[in-house]
Amino acid sequence: MTHVKLSMAQALNQALRDAMRADESVLMFGEDVGALGGVFRITDGLTAEFGEQRCFDTPLAESGIVGLAVGLAMNGMRPVVEMQFDAFGYPAFEQVVSHVAKMRNRTRGRITLPIVIRMPYAGGIGGVEHHCDSSEAYYAHTPGLTVVAPGTVADAYTLLRRAIEFPDPVIFLEPKKLYWAKDEVDLTVAEPGIGKAVVRREGADATLIAYGPTVPVALEAAEAAAAEGRQLQVVDLRSIVPFDDETVCAAVRRTGRAVVVAEASGFASVSSEIVARVTERCFHSLAAPIRRVTGFDIPYPPPKLERHQLPSVDRILDAVDDLQWDDR
Amino acid sequence: MSERSEFTVESGSVEQRLLPSAEPVRLIDQHGVAHEHPQYEMPAAQTLAGGYAQLVTGRRINDQAGALVRQGRLAVYPSSHGQEACQIAATMVLGAQDWLFPTYRDTVSIVSRGVDPIETLTLLRGDWHSGYDPYEHKVAPQATPLATQLLHAVGVAHAARLKGEDTVVMALCGDGATSEGDFHEALNFAAVFRAPVVFFIQNNEYAISVPLSKQTVAPSLAHKGIGYGVPGERADGNDLAGLLAVLGSAVAKARAGEGPQLVEAHTYRVQAHTNADDASKYRDDAEVTPWLERDPIKRLDAYLTGLGVLDDEAKQEATRAAEKVADALREGLMQEVQPDPAELFEHLYTTPTPQLREQAAFLADELAREEV
Repeated sequence: MTHVKLSMAQALNQALRDAMRADESVLMFGEDVGALGGVFRITDGLTAEFGEQRCFDTPLAESGIVGLAVGLAMNGMRPVVEMQFDAFGYPAFEQVVSHVAKMRNRTRGRITLPIVIRMPYAGGIGGVEHHCDSSEAYYAHTPGLTVVAPGTVADAYTLLRRAIEFPDPVIFLEPKKLYWAKDEVDLTVAEPGIGKAVVRREGADATLIAYGPTVPVALEAAEAAAAEGRQLQVVDLRSIVPFDDETVCAAVRRTGRAVVVAEASGFASVSSEIVARVTERCFHSLAAPIRRVTGFDIPYPPPKLERHQLPSVDRILDAVDDLQWDDR
Repeated sequence: MSERSEFTVESGSVEQRLLPSAEPVRLIDQHGVAHEHPQYEMPAAQTLAGGYAQLVTGRRINDQAGALVRQGRLAVYPSSHGQEACQIAATMVLGAQDWLFPTYRDTVSIVSRGVDPIETLTLLRGDWHSGYDPYEHKVAPQATPLATQLLHAVGVAHAARLKGEDTVVMALCGDGATSEGDFHEALNFAAVFRAPVVFFIQNNEYAISVPLSKQTVAPSLAHKGIGYGVPGERADGNDLAGLLAVLGSAVAKARAGEGPQLVEAHTYRVQAHTNADDASKYRDDAEVTPWLERDPIKRLDAYLTGLGVLDDEAKQEATRAAEKVADALREGLMQEVQPDPAELFEHLYTTPTPQLREQAAFLADELAREEV
């Protein structure tokens, strides 16, 4: 397989295309996903290739979209739906929490729902309000959901293919500021699968734990730290649920110091969960309390102020500096 | 103003096609007297006789379940006492290939579809959230949140159309559910996708304590279809004959590709919302009494007896069959079944997460120590 230069948006589009070619029960639907190809063009050309029965526009109603997906999945389909933006997904919250997440459990495994709910997710694109929420904690907190977020172009392809093949519902968070990020990739469904974190960069001094949109920022910070003589290891979670305790804890044990980097507000968040889990499991390996670099506990700011909300290389390096290196 | 534009709607013809009858369709009145209807025919006497037996069983299930709540054998029971004609008609008009989407008040409908009564009551007994295999009789799990299941019904119907299957979906809800957003989204989605769904509202006048007058000022709930281009129809909810005619016609239209249909049955919740409710706080007995006279069993009994189709022997046979079901309910629910706590972790995911495995092991260990 030759390497091709693709944006994350193109990799996601190719993943949908290949999944629909591989399995005719895969349906793609949502708002503006037909002729327009979605507001971010992730579904570009799918209606033309697969017809309006397989990639279609729905009325403008998110609860309706997810509820329809539940019924379609009950009757043999593999629906992939798009919530146009993270914060536009809230009208569907009851369907997601009370039905998508619980159906398998309440029917003792008789009904399984192979549904993928795709969401352009998080900030960094200068979007006006209600277009940049990091809503992963709501879903990660809900038993029965699987929650994934790719941080690289290649993983966007792999994780989306795996999510569509997954037997249970997946919340698929697409970091929208990475949609245009390009990389030389080989479009194969690579290892590892859902539920596994990977070490994106080795480093013996401290571990950065990131997922989705903060993976490239963490890698950039590690690069900058190396220039200053400090070797940072970068763990990309990929999968928030299931959480890969094994890989994350092994990484933290190797370095004894860690910083969690996430765009979402820090209070009662995935980042706080990570700190709790790692502390519970690796306390004696830690040389310092785990630090977090997260968004403030505020609604996502307007475009002119958004840079203050986003984890930056400087904030990450400051947090690393604060990991009690001198045994103060 | 008389000039026609591209926005002109031929209101007369639209209303004719989409709006319900001025009066709910009634083929047998509360005295058991038959009435001709210009549009709907009286179902065959043998069909009604079969329906009578099911009504008697349905009533017996309702009353037996109520007694079992008082004995502590069921956690709760939302009764459909007085609404049995709706419960039975909803399934009598379906074929084996069709689906039923019931709510928590539709136990009788589920049993009449063929689901085992004990499995049906698993939810209300507190053993598990849903006890039957939804695929065995094509009956979705009972919905407790209001109106959410209507969208699932649309999805099942739409999938059936995509697959070329001859499937109609009967989606049940109550009057309160028509105020929920999902009710409207479901009607609209079904209409746009021409999904073969019959939305069947059992308007029993109450959503727990809130009367219909505080729920809506629409002329009827069946009128709500017109906004979505869905034909609406109304029937007397205590007249099995009228219900079979109206629902049968709606199912036939949906099956023929005419898209979703909306049917409202006018009935009444003669008992409290559940055993935990106190209806005396929000309504007078004087309001309930006339509805007891409109009982669905009484009027069908009178009609079929008058016709000579139902004699004492047939009535006794129906009662005996109902008693057998009640016996089975009592016996089944008297048996103490302790659900396996290991199941708490088993069904969430096809492959349990490492965290759930840890938690399952923790609980197993805790239980093992309890036994020592």
